[in-house]
Amino acid sequence: MFYREAGDFSSTYAEDQQTFPIRFDRYRYYVVLFIAIVVVPFIINDYWANSLLVPFLIYAIAAIGLNILVGYCGQVSLGTGGFMAVGAYACYKLMTAMPEVSMFIHVILAGVITAAVGVLFGLPSLRIKGFYLAVATLAAQFFLVWLFNRVPWFYNYSASGQINAPERDTFGILITGPNTEAWATYLFCLIFTIASAVVARNLTRGASGRKWMAIRDMDIAAEIIGVNPLRAKLTAFAVSSFFIGISGALFFAIYLGAVEVGEAFGITKSFLVLFMIIIGGLGSIFGSFAGAAFLVLLPVVLKVVGVDWLGWPTDIVAHLQLVIVGGLIIVFLIAEPHGIAQLWRVAKEKLRLWPFPH
Amino acid sequence: MPEQLAFTIEVFLNGLMAGVLYALVALGFVLIYKASGIFNYAQGVMALFAAMTLVGIQNGQVPFSHLINAIFGTDIHKFGWHVHSFLAIALTVLVMIVLAIAVQRFVFRHLVGQEPIILFMATIGLAFFLEGVADLMWGSELKTLNVCAAEGACLPQGLNLWIDETTFNAFGYGFFIDNLDIVASVVAAILVIGLVMFAQYTKQGRAMRAVADDHQAALSVGVSLNFIWILVWSLAGFVALVAGIMWGAKSGVQFSLSLIALKALPVLMLGGFTSIPGAIVGGLIIGVGEKLFEFLIGAPFLGGATENWFAYMLALLFLVFRPQGLFGEKIIERV
Repeated sequence: MFYREAGDFSSTYAEDQQTFPIRFDRYRYYVVLFIAIVVVPFIINDYWANSLLVPFLIYAIAAIGLNILVGYCGQVSLGTGGFMAVGAYACYKLMTAMPEVSMFIHVILAGVITAAVGVLFGLPSLRIKGFYLAVATLAAQFFLVWLFNRVPWFYNYSASGQINAPERDTFGILITGPNTEAWATYLFCLIFTIASAVVARNLTRGASGRKWMAIRDMDIAAEIIGVNPLRAKLTAFAVSSFFIGISGALFFAIYLGAVEVGEAFGITKSFLVLFMIIIGGLGSIFGSFAGAAFLVLLPVVLKVVGVDWLGWPTDIVAHLQLVIVGGLIIVFLIAEPHGIAQLWRVAKEKLRLWPFPH
Repeated sequence: MPEQLAFTIEVFLNGLMAGVLYALVALGFVLIYKASGIFNYAQGVMALFAAMTLVGIQNGQVPFSHLINAIFGTDIHKFGWHVHSFLAIALTVLVMIVLAIAVQRFVFRHLVGQEPIILFMATIGLAFFLEGVADLMWGSELKTLNVCAAEGACLPQGLNLWIDETTFNAFGYGFFIDNLDIVASVVAAILVIGLVMFAQYTKQGRAMRAVADDHQAALSVGVSLNFIWILVWSLAGFVALVAGIMWGAKSGVQFSLSLIALKALPVLMLGGFTSIPGAIVGGLIIGVGEKLFEFLIGAPFLGGATENWFAYMLALLFLVFRPQGLFGEKIIERV
């Protein structure tokens, strides 16, 4: 999105090309970063970390990853859960094989392994597109989950078939296992989230991002002006799977601690992340955060309102949540295909002119 | 007859039967896809919704009773009557028609002309919405479904003794085939013939084919697109009801019923999105293929449960070599 604002001048090329060319956005970005890094770790407690902030950060990474593939490159994938499982199991194998290596490296390596798997399953995208591709990614989803369920090597021959994160530390601070501190896990995830967002933002506004968008908007035309569809699609799959792998690794190692693959990384997870980017905004990094925040918050809010205040049974609230999410997907696709990100943009424009819009 | 061969043939036959049920779901997809270009992911949930509605009406459940009880503190569950199966089916068809009108009016009328992938995502949303509504309306517990014409004349359960005995006398090995599967095959055959007759020989059927062929040309000769779309969604709802009855009678009405929609996707990949015979043949190939693969390779060598992914992998391989499927129209792209 190319956007400028009246009264906001840039006098050098560096200023003109910075990530947030609008002053307001830039300040907002610094304020959010400051609060997230400096303020939150001191006031965070276990409840906030486990039920809201850590899942939000992890899902945001997954949503950024999927948004690169779906929102920027236009290749719909329903295999997110399977790729997250690859990240989780890669991380588990690395953690148990090399206990002395830092968790940072394990998580990044897990991302790299997932990227390789993603490229493998992205190969059919060269021949097929649209929902044909969506079904092809379903193959990845079901095959990968089956693989991790059935091949004992992946879960180190444990009797339960589950994988459990052993205790690992980074710079002497415990970040996995049952005895972690809320602020440590939070900061660990935050570092990855910020890094992913910065990398994704810069990739998508650079040459590779423009190639992805060209493929998304019209692949044949893109090919004619010299975009190599093979490279563009496969890099999108690789980058997207890299982020999704990282989020899967964090989801397993930091957030859940113990994972049963069919339950944690089933087809519902794929849909959840897809819904995040539809509601948040296709083709927008901010939208990935907004969608992740929305769908992490929604069940918590519904539970507080429905179960705690109104005293309804939990199953009704769960069903109501399905209705609301499904309904919202339809409403957003009809009324605002660019999601919360676009609503936010419109709101900003309206507020700037308020109360004299003409 | 050698034991192994007999087993294999039995697995083959059971695969055929399972394939018929996949084909039933795939049929609903093809109907909607042909007429409106919408790839209806919600077809499986429609089957679930139809089956739950049928059971709910049969047992005289009060719709939304849980929700009403939770809001108003009342304690109502049932009307206290039992509805005859045929009447219940008629009422369910009515519900599915209302659903078709609502879906057309509130969702897809606003999405005309959007990209297919947007429509696809909208149907995913619709699937979640419907599932939530179905659970709120009738409760999410496992229900047993049976359709009875009269006392004692229900859908048959269990294995067919006659086939078991005859084949045992003939080959020295009795084949196990479910009665219900046989009924399902017959019903599917009747349904397909009925649909083809409807499409070929009635006025509405001709209009339907015209719309499938070319929206604008159909509009220009006075076919109402709106009406045809509602008709097609109602037909798909009816097919969903039949599929829901068959699957529901086989394995109970529960959430996993909606997952057969996912199984129907590879069926379509194989058969082609636009072909009714393709849906049938694709269903049979997938049904037989996954059962045989599980029996011959999956269970002995790969640790079993290969049925979960075999269909998708087969479809994936197929797509790479023949993207339009067996019977689909060739995909031509123009700039």
